[in-house]
Amino acid sequence: MVASGPSRTARLRVDGDRVTVRCGKVELGQGIHTALAQIVADELGLPLAQVHFDAPATDTSPDEGVTSGSLSVQDAGAALRLECGQLRQALGREATAHWVGQSVPRPEVASTVSGAHRFIHDVELPGLLHGRVLHPPQMGGQLASVDLAGVQALPGVVAVHCDGDLLGVLTDGNRTADAALARLRSSVAWRCAPSAPAAEPVTRVVDEKTAAVGLPARTLEARFSKPWIAHASIGGACALAQWSDDGRLTVWSHTQGLFNLRRDLALAFAIEPGQVSVRHVPGAGCYGHNGADDVAFDAAWLARQCPGRPVRLVWSRADELAWAPQGPAMVVDMAADLDAHGRLLAWRHDVWSLGHSARPGRAATPALLGSWQTAAPFERPATIDMPLAVGGGAERNAVPGYDFPAWRVRAHRLQDGPRRSSALRSLGAFANAFAAESFVDEIAAASGQDPLRWRLAHLQHDPRGMQVLQRAAAMAGWRSTPRPEGCGQGMGYARYKNTGAWCAVVAEVEAAALLRVHRLCIAVDVGLAVNPDGVRQQIEGGAVQAISWTLKEDASDPASQMLRFSEVPQIDVLVLESTEPSLGAGEASLGPTAAAIANALFDALGVRVRDLPLSAERIVSAMDRNL
Amino acid sequence: MPAVEFTVNGQPVVLHEPPSARLLDVLRETLHLRATRLGCGEGECGACHVLVDGRALAACNTPLAAVAGCEVVTVEGLADDAIGVRLQRAFIAEQAAQCGYCTSGLLIGATALLRREPAAGEAAVRAGLDGHLCRCGAHPRIVRAVVRVAAESLSA
Repeated sequence: MVASGPSRTARLRVDGDRVTVRCGKVELGQGIHTALAQIVADELGLPLAQVHFDAPATDTSPDEGVTSGSLSVQDAGAALRLECGQLRQALGREATAHWVGQSVPRPEVASTVSGAHRFIHDVELPGLLHGRVLHPPQMGGQLASVDLAGVQALPGVVAVHCDGDLLGVLTDGNRTADAALARLRSSVAWRCAPSAPAAEPVTRVVDEKTAAVGLPARTLEARFSKPWIAHASIGGACALAQWSDDGRLTVWSHTQGLFNLRRDLALAFAIEPGQVSVRHVPGAGCYGHNGADDVAFDAAWLARQCPGRPVRLVWSRADELAWAPQGPAMVVDMAADLDAHGRLLAWRHDVWSLGHSARPGRAATPALLGSWQTAAPFERPATIDMPLAVGGGAERNAVPGYDFPAWRVRAHRLQDGPRRSSALRSLGAFANAFAAESFVDEIAAASGQDPLRWRLAHLQHDPRGMQVLQRAAAMAGWRSTPRPEGCGQGMGYARYKNTGAWCAVVAEVEAAALLRVHRLCIAVDVGLAVNPDGVRQQIEGGAVQAISWTLKEDASDPASQMLRFSEVPQIDVLVLESTEPSLGAGEASLGPTAAAIANALFDALGVRVRDLPLSAERIVSAMDRNL
Repeated sequence: MPAVEFTVNGQPVVLHEPPSARLLDVLRETLHLRATRLGCGEGECGACHVLVDGRALAACNTPLAAVAGCEVVTVEGLADDAIGVRLQRAFIAEQAAQCGYCTSGLLIGATALLRREPAAGEAAVRAGLDGHLCRCGAHPRIVRAVVRVAAESLSA
């Protein structure tokens, strides 16, 4: 029995046999609350059913930053272990080892299939108004004219709000809101100037390793690219907001960063952060910095027209695809100096990209779309890359994990242009791992070596890296049998961020009219897997998303599609057993999957396609060049 | 406004709403059946699928008038459906959801699929679910869950 009377730390409240966790990390469908509950149950020697989570909120939760970067198990898990240790001593309890390491099912799955699960789109509040906003058609677009009276006269319209270049409508029903928005859209004219040419990129050396190496016998070079990629969540960005009569703001949001959003909302509305409460409510799938924060500003901006009334605002699919930040297009130039025996002497990796971080909470002005479009607009903060010590952005996974004698890694950051770039699952690591691991395959092929053996020879210092490669290869029966005509097998590997999980992927593809992936074999080392099936879900999900990006997606192409069920291959995931410290799993499989597919295409057809997506047109033109 | 009569999850409903109203809005707002989700709003993603006389239809582009006299089933009613309830259990057993936003539509789509083809194999299940998108990448588990139910009916 736990001692009577509630005991608490910053994150934990123990009342009888029940523990309530106040956690600043939010549940996005990645199962973080389940994994953290397993840690707490073991640390306090309690049944898992006795561990409960409060919905994260700025008024009650510790500020644990943004739920991003595959860091929640590492960071929040460590913080909880520490506090549990204090409580355990105070309460005279014994830790157990029942739950950590078990594949505990996520409770949200049961509530989802029964239909009971509530997303932010489903929250009902008394007196709820429905809002829609109309943003300019492009960055810097200006309002030329609008017929507000015609919108105001529609049934159910409570208020129409025009503030600089931002327009909004409040109605008493969801359907009337759609009708009012359609009317607003058709009654407005915009003035759009062509955007100014982008400034020169800013170049910086990310990492350099020098050594006295001999003169190269030859140099290999190749240029790789990936296009803009949209988050493309199945549900739209959504928020609720309510102002009190005394000027306090409450926001319900599916943001990844409750406190960051609170700070920028306070900036945008010129109030103190203490006057803003942000409460987390689940949204549709989150894969990085999407429109969640922007729609929260829009809701608060519109709700200010009717103090006391809560407002729900949902972005349309058009808003989402036009205005939500996307993962930026990137170009990666690779070069390698080889000696006369094909041994690698020096490696060069140059990445061109817009910044990958435009999240709220970090700049002098709000990083919230609508706040740049009002009559008193804030300046749009520059999009940046975080320092490599905290994961980097464009340069993530650009520094080799192999024991090359010398290298030079440079990042060339393009200045902000008309499109918004920000963090999309794995940031620069997707393009960098795709490029570097494709290039490794090219070097191995150029020197007549097996790509697995080549990698292992350069990973002697990293036994955990070697092990995931060997295990993935064993699962796939690496090149042990001849591949049928048009079929190929390829490999990709990376240690995510160079500090996170080790992941190796072997892909089997068939290249006919279209490139199809038949199977992925994935081995991953995340240290101690708190919930092994949860790790498998994250690794599988990341791999499926990466297949979709690799084969099909380009946010600049209106015909771009997402992967369909009949295109998803068999995926076998091996989570290595380990007692080493736990590492995140959410982003580790994406880059290696892209490289494995591209390398399998080369194995199948003998051609390199270095630009994503690996479309039929690109494969055909690569074959034409090869003739 | 003329009445539109139909049943939802076995219950008779009489509504006085415009015949052009979106079935999705009627379900979510008038009837407070919130588990049917708005996805793309254009019938492309499958998130809003409901059963109409046993067939899966996109509620986002189905007008109310189209379901007059029909039996409509949403996820909230699947527990009373012999196939639906087995799919719900199989989705839990396979942990076949991440964010869960596409799940309602997929359960409906899979129910319609297994009504047509109770012992569908894996390829048929994949093809049968091609009208649904899932952005989290839960596809392998969703396919396993549906194939599991199909295999049960084969051995039953």
